[in-house]
Amino acid sequence: MLAAVAALSEQIRAAVVDRKSLRVRAGGSKDFYGNTPQGAVLDPRVISGIVSYEPSELAMAAYCGTPLAEVEAVLAAQGQMLAFEPPHFGDGATIGGCIASGLAGPRRASAGYTHGGVRDFILGAKLLDGRAQLLSFGGMVMKNVAGYDVARLLAGSLGVLGVIIEAAFKVVPRPGAETTLQFVLNEGAALDQLNAWGGQPLPISASAWQAGTLHVRLSGSASAINAAVTRLGGDLIEPAAATRFWYQLREHSEPFFGGDAPLWRLSLPPGAVPVELGEEQLIEWGGALRWIRSRCPTAQIRARAHALGGHATLFRGGERTHPVFTPLAPALNAIHRRLRAQFDPHSIFDCGRLYPEMHDASHAR
Amino acid sequence: MNDGPVDPQRQRQVVSALRAALPEHCVLHRGEDTRPYECDGLTLYRQLPMAVVMPESESQVALVLKLCHAMQVPVVPRGAGTGLSGGALPHASGVLLSMAKFNRIVAIDRRARTATVQPGVRNLAISEAAAPHGLYYAPDPSSQIACTIGGNVAENSGGVHCLKYGLTVHNVMRVRALTVEGEAIEFGGCALDSPGLDLLAVVVGSEGMLAVTTEVTVKLVPMPQLARCIMASFAEVTHACHAVAALIAAGIIPAGLEMLDQAASRLVEPFAHAGYDLDAAAVLLCESDGTPEEVSDEIEHMSAVLRAAHATRLQVSSTESERLRFWAGRKNAFPAAGRASPAYYCMDGTIPRRHLAQMLLAIQAMEIKYNLQCPNVFHAGDGNLHPLILFDDSDADSVARAEQFGTEILEKTVQLGGTISGEHGVGVEKLNQMCSQFDRNTLDAFVGVKRAFDPSGLLNPGKVVPSLHRCAEYGRMRVHGGAVPFPELSRF
Repeated sequence: MLAAVAALSEQIRAAVVDRKSLRVRAGGSKDFYGNTPQGAVLDPRVISGIVSYEPSELAMAAYCGTPLAEVEAVLAAQGQMLAFEPPHFGDGATIGGCIASGLAGPRRASAGYTHGGVRDFILGAKLLDGRAQLLSFGGMVMKNVAGYDVARLLAGSLGVLGVIIEAAFKVVPRPGAETTLQFVLNEGAALDQLNAWGGQPLPISASAWQAGTLHVRLSGSASAINAAVTRLGGDLIEPAAATRFWYQLREHSEPFFGGDAPLWRLSLPPGAVPVELGEEQLIEWGGALRWIRSRCPTAQIRARAHALGGHATLFRGGERTHPVFTPLAPALNAIHRRLRAQFDPHSIFDCGRLYPEMHDASHAR
Repeated sequence: MNDGPVDPQRQRQVVSALRAALPEHCVLHRGEDTRPYECDGLTLYRQLPMAVVMPESESQVALVLKLCHAMQVPVVPRGAGTGLSGGALPHASGVLLSMAKFNRIVAIDRRARTATVQPGVRNLAISEAAAPHGLYYAPDPSSQIACTIGGNVAENSGGVHCLKYGLTVHNVMRVRALTVEGEAIEFGGCALDSPGLDLLAVVVGSEGMLAVTTEVTVKLVPMPQLARCIMASFAEVTHACHAVAALIAAGIIPAGLEMLDQAASRLVEPFAHAGYDLDAAAVLLCESDGTPEEVSDEIEHMSAVLRAAHATRLQVSSTESERLRFWAGRKNAFPAAGRASPAYYCMDGTIPRRHLAQMLLAIQAMEIKYNLQCPNVFHAGDGNLHPLILFDDSDADSVARAEQFGTEILEKTVQLGGTISGEHGVGVEKLNQMCSQFDRNTLDAFVGVKRAFDPSGLLNPGKVVPSLHRCAEYGRMRVHGGAVPFPELSRF
C-alpha cells in the first residue's frame, strides 16, 4: 500500500511542477454530480481493501478504492451495515467516492441510532493533501475531540481538500425486522403526517411520498414494529416488493428519476410547506428532501428553497449555465477559499466541481 | 499555571476602549471582579484576564470583537466555565468574553422538532422547555444542570446517552456565530445538509478557536415511552469489560452503558444511596428505551448476554424512581470524589472497547506506582474512560504525582489506538499529548484550519494545537523522564 500511496504522491508532485490540475475520480459512478470537473484524472483505486474491522467495536477502516459493495457485503456477513444507506449509482462505487460525495440514502432521516448522514458516521480519515503530505485525522473510536474534526469535513468535500486515502467509520447492527406500510394521502396531508410522526417515538427508518401515495418503512425489533403497525394503520407491502421499492428509490432507478427533465434536489427543514413549483415531485426524509423535475429558472427554484429555509441543487440534467450548488454567503465563501489554500496551496485539486470560484486564490493566504 | 501578570498600561488602554463601546456594568477589570474567571472546571490552571466583558446582545459581541481585532487583543470565549480541560483559561493580555447573559430560549419548533437558543442556555433547560411537546435534547453531559449549549458546541460534549443518540455534533443543526472580525456567519442550517464544505462539523468541538457562537439550533428527539435500567454486578473487572463487548456484538445498542469499578461504587454509595453492590469488582448500568414491548424484549436479551458474560447479580429497575436511583450514583460521581478527597483530576481518554480490561489493569498498577487512588466511572459503551485521580492540592508532591499519573494514562490511551480526549477537549491540559497522538504535518494542518477561520490568531490562542517548540520539549522530557509537565503556554 505504501508504494501505491507513493505513486499517488508522485502524481501530485508532478502536477505541482507542471502547474497542472488533477481531479480525483475512482469508478465514475457519480460523474453526473456537481459542476463539470477539470484536470487530469487521479485514480485512487490503486489503494483498495478493508484495513480493519472488529464487529464488537462497531467500526471499520477501509482504503478509499474499496468497492462500496465489498464494504457492505463484509458488514452484512456480521449482521451490520452502513447506517446512511448510501446510493451506489453504478457498479464502480467506492467507499472513498461515497464519502467524498457525501450522499446518503433513504435511512438518512431515520429515528434512533441509524439517524444521520455520511458525516455523522465518519470517525477518522487519512488525507493526501496538495503538498503530497499524508495527514491523519480522528481515529477508530466513537468519541474523539482531540484536534479539529477534519475527517467529518471530508464528507461531501468532492475532492477539493485532497485525496481521501483511508477512512474509518462507525457501523451499526442491521435491524431485526423491517416492514413497509402504504397510505393514500395528498402532499400537504403527507407532510403533516410525517412531521407529526417525527415527534413521536416510532421506529420509522424511511419515507417516500409521490403522486398521492406515501410509503413508510419501519425498522427495529419485531415487537416495536408490530406496535407501530397497529398504531399507524395503512396497508402492508409484501416484503420482496418493499425491498425492491427502497432499493430503486436509493439508486434512482424508480421511474420518477427517469426521463430528461432537470432533476432538482431541495434540502429543506422537514416541516416546510409544499414547494409548489407546479412540477412532478418525490418527497423523502420525512419532508426534508424534495426531489423536483422542473424546467423553472434556476433563480426561481433557488429563491423558493431559500424562502423555505433550505437550498437547491441541480442534481441531474438541465442547462449547466449556472453553478449546480447554491452559492455561498461571502463570509462562508472566504473561509472555503482559505481552507482550500491551506490544504492545497498550489491549487492542484480541481474545485470546479464544487465551487469554481474557489480556484481564485486572491483571498487565500 | 501562570501565563504572567497583566500589563497595567495595556490594560488601561483596552479597558477604556471597551468602556467606550459597552455599558459600564458589562466590563470588569479589577482583580477582585475578574478573579472568579481565572479558571474553568480545571482548577489546576489559573490566570487573571486583562478584562472580562459580559455583553448582552450580538451587536455588543461584534463590537468587542471588532475592537479587539483592531487592537490585536486575544479573546477567550466562556460559557458556564464547567469545562474540564482549561479551554476557557484566560489569557494574561486578553479579554475574557463571557456569554453568560445570552440565556434566552429563542424558539421551540414543535413541527420541525428543533430548539433555537442562545449559547448561554443551560443544556438541561433545553430539555425542560421541550418536555411539554414530548421532546428532549439528547446529549446529556454529567454537568448538564450547569453547562451551557455554547460550551457544549465548543467541546462537542457527550454524555451517558451518546452511544445511542450521538454527541453534540450529531444533534446541533445550525450555529450562528461571529468571526474574529465581528462579522455574522451561519454554519449549517435547519435542513439536514448545507451547500459547500461541512464547516459546522469543524466548528463543533473547536474549543472557541474558530468563531464566537451567538445562537444554536439543536435537534429535539421524541421522549421514549419507557426506559428501564439493568444494574449488573461482576466479580472481575475483566468480566465486566468483556460483557460490554458481548452486548455490542449481540447487535444491541443500549441507551446507556456505564461502568463503575469497586472503588467508584464505594466512593459514591454513601453520597448517592444508589444501592450499588459494594462487593462487586465492577458494576455495569445498562439501559434500554423505546416502546414498552421493545424495552421488555431488549431487557430480556441484555440480561441473557450479561448472564452469559458471568454477571453475578442482575437488578432491573421496575419503576422510574428506581431507574433514576441507579443513575444517581453515576451522575454524582464527581461531587462524591470532591467530598472524599481534597482534590481530584478527571481524565478523559477513549480507547477501543476491546482494550478496556487491559487499560483498567494498567491504571491499577499506576495507582501503586504513584501512590494515589484512582476510581473509574465511565462511558463503557463508547470506550470513554474517566479515571478520577484523587490527590491533595495543598501538597506539591501529591500534585506532581497526580499530573504524572494523568500523563501516563493519556500516553497509554494513545498506545492502545485511542484518543487523549473523548469529550472534555484538549484546552491547555492535553497540549503535550497532542504531540504524541498526531504527527507534525497533521498538527500543522490544524494550524491551517485555525488560520482559515481566524487569520489573525486572536480567538482563544494557545489552546488545542501545540507549537513545534512545545512538542520538541515534550519529546525531550519524555526521553529524559523529566518531571516538568507544563512548560510555558505556547501561542501561535
